[in-house]
Amino acid sequence: MANSSATHRIPWHALGPWLALLGACIFFATQSDRFLTGENLSLILQQVMVVGVIAIGQTLIILTAGIDLSCGMVMALGGIVMSKFATELGLPVPVAILCGVAVTTLFGLVNGLLVTRIKLPPFIVTLGTLNIAFAITQLYSSSQTITDLPAGLTGLGTTFSIGSTAVAWGAVLMLVLYLLAWFVLRETAAGRHIYAVGNNAEATRLVGIPTQRVLLGVYVAAGVLYGIASLLSVARTGVGDPNAGQTENLDAITAVVLGGTSLFGGRGIVLGSLIGVLIVGVFRNGLTLMGVSSIYQVLVTGVLVILAVTADQLSRKGAR
Amino acid sequence: MLSSRSILAMAAASLIAVSTTAALAADQPVIGLVTKTETNPFFVKMKEGAQEEAKKLGAKLLSGAGKADGDNAGQITAMENMIAAGAKTILITPSDAKAIVPAIKKARDRGVMVIALDSPADPPDATDALFATNNYTAGVLIGEYAKAAMAGKPAKIVALDLLPGHPVGAQRHNGFMKGFGLPANDAKSNELSKAPEIVCMADSYGDQAKAQTAMENCLQRAPEVNLVYTINEPAAAGAYNALKRAGKEKGVLIVSVDGGCQGIKDTNAGIIAATSQQYPLKMAAMGVAAGVEFAKTGKKASGYVDTGVTLIAGKSVPGVESKDTKTGAELCWGKK
Repeated sequence: MANSSATHRIPWHALGPWLALLGACIFFATQSDRFLTGENLSLILQQVMVVGVIAIGQTLIILTAGIDLSCGMVMALGGIVMSKFATELGLPVPVAILCGVAVTTLFGLVNGLLVTRIKLPPFIVTLGTLNIAFAITQLYSSSQTITDLPAGLTGLGTTFSIGSTAVAWGAVLMLVLYLLAWFVLRETAAGRHIYAVGNNAEATRLVGIPTQRVLLGVYVAAGVLYGIASLLSVARTGVGDPNAGQTENLDAITAVVLGGTSLFGGRGIVLGSLIGVLIVGVFRNGLTLMGVSSIYQVLVTGVLVILAVTADQLSRKGAR
Repeated sequence: MLSSRSILAMAAASLIAVSTTAALAADQPVIGLVTKTETNPFFVKMKEGAQEEAKKLGAKLLSGAGKADGDNAGQITAMENMIAAGAKTILITPSDAKAIVPAIKKARDRGVMVIALDSPADPPDATDALFATNNYTAGVLIGEYAKAAMAGKPAKIVALDLLPGHPVGAQRHNGFMKGFGLPANDAKSNELSKAPEIVCMADSYGDQAKAQTAMENCLQRAPEVNLVYTINEPAAAGAYNALKRAGKEKGVLIVSVDGGCQGIKDTNAGIIAATSQQYPLKMAAMGVAAGVEFAKTGKKASGYVDTGVTLIAGKSVPGVESKDTKTGAELCWGKK
């Protein structure tokens, strides 16, 4: 695949997110001498790891021209299952984690089956499962936060040191998952099929690629990723939180769009989504260091989202 | 309407203003305030109080919040960023009393003083100190008022509560029942007490629209209601709307908690009979003062400090001490 750069040509607007992130970092570095410390940058990675992993799943789905509104709630349910199984049922931590991931994967499977077999629009399917996952989470947890978790469940929130900088294991896991997703999308047949389905599902089916299986696989893979995000969320907050995941669906979609992936499917780079979550995380961190209300972060995010979609739309027009 | 250009100009100007003041005063004590949201008037007022006190005492105030009520991860992120910015004191109104505890512990292990404002962490000793209204007392006051105002009439009560499992909601509800002379759980319980006099109980989430819907449904179930307990004044306004549409506003007494300026106006207009007023400005000012004290002397605040609560009534009733709405309006929070 030495020549793959020809088939995966980076469009000009893909540089936008990187420039936005770089610009934000330079600006905050001039405003606060605490911003560019290893400790602070590591902190930002740690803060975005949950949405970051959810955004990988969301990217896969958006590449197929779909969307997943249920991701945050499914993530919250996974976290509650893990923490309840480990504390109240007393299951060994790895088993509890697997059960949590199994539940989120099941939700991915259900989403995928409804989209592929009954041909329901992903927006509607995941709107439904969003509510179902929320209700099950609240019922199963009695709306109570689950505390006193065993150390194994929160292990990914602990840190190791590079020099004087403490780095969370969960942040490393997020980066590894991004590299993995990037590799799969770029270098494997499955990855190419995902792009093809997003570009033109009917043409893809006609050339003999099992479109439905690709789609189903994407939703299931996203479910697995949400399960990993559940574990990261539990590790980060140190509790099983039934109110987690309330805004993660929109946060993840925002990150994907900021990263330059097209909402119309077929175009985008998964590493862009990492840049997207980092842009939001950097603004939140930087504005706090400056002592400015985080409402400005919301303002900036809104402007950037519009710019990103505009760039996508203009480049599509140009391509015609 | 502001043009987008003027908004950008304002944003740029405020960014520059804040960054220059930050550069000027590097040795100022830095104090962080983490509220539940940045938009609820109660917390907006709390932030104003903190900012004023910080200016007076020469401290720098950082503020942050979750994205919505219940957003624990957002509060943790705000705390971490403030500690990264050099805050040695964090004032926090916990969105989830239990879920925030591990993050508070991490901060305290790094030598940061953490003070809960408005409502406690669970367990309460997870923070160095708590500056808050006694919500149970707030409930007792309006319960006693309602009992006297009903003058022996048998009560048919609708309770519009906060949300499941929230300690503030339980304390006000149980306090109200205690004040009314009904069997009630004690101040530490997170369970809502029930009694035959309560003909309908519903969660309002402290939101006017949700409270109106809840009250409409309760009126279907129990049209004979003559007393409504509400968790806060927006819920009271929602309940009043529902009663008015059903043509029942005259015969029903509404009592509430909060003491916001709109709530006091509603009390003056007779929509709310009485409300227990709390003081977010005072909580915030005391928190900032404690932070400055800690920065100067290293002495930490500790334990529970009651920031006071006053019964404000439209009409006073015999045997229950209350202040009039004029006094309430002087001390209210929100838009006057």
